[in-house]
Amino acid sequence: MSLTLILSVIFLAGGLFFFTTATIGLLRFPDFFSRLHATGKGDTLAVLLSLIGLGFYEGISLTSLKIVFIAVFMFLAQPTATHAISRAGLRSGLKPWMKEEKKG
Amino acid sequence: MNEFLFSIGIGLCILVFFVLYRVVYGPGVFNRIAALSAIGTKTLIILLIIGFLYNRVEMFIDISLVYALLNLIGTLAAAKYLEMEGVKQ
Repeated sequence: MSLTLILSVIFLAGGLFFFTTATIGLLRFPDFFSRLHATGKGDTLAVLLSLIGLGFYEGISLTSLKIVFIAVFMFLAQPTATHAISRAGLRSGLKPWMKEEKKG
Repeated sequence: MNEFLFSIGIGLCILVFFVLYRVVYGPGVFNRIAALSAIGTKTLIILLIIGFLYNRVEMFIDISLVYALLNLIGTLAAAKYLEMEGVKQ
């Protein structure tokens, strides 16, 4: 086994792990903003790790250059989309979740 | 290595089905849009893995790039539309 193959396996497994944690957060957290808190950051990191792993598996070529381009684009686009959707939710009147004793 | 990529793809497909619960039953439209964006990012990686499995990655990489662009545009358009005044949720 070569070194790039081992690195690719490690990065892909890390990507799948962070996708799993982001999905658990999206399913289990109590309100909209905390769900975005889980899935925005977790998915960004997971996409980045998975693309780096696939780039190591491919080697140096035009395809891996495009993979790096997708990684840079996702690193810019994913926080932008998360920010836009959370601002839309806040301005249209969704209330953030609080503990019970702070509500009254 | 092909078996490893196959198992990663199967795991991502199972995660997509879990997120689909939030799309179908999520309270309100914002939860549904956030879950759709999460499904789009998972689909991008699944497309790349399909390309590696079929040895046609130079074709699938362009599809994946377009998918990333359309996912961003769709989420931004939905957010801008729901932010306008007078739109019923």
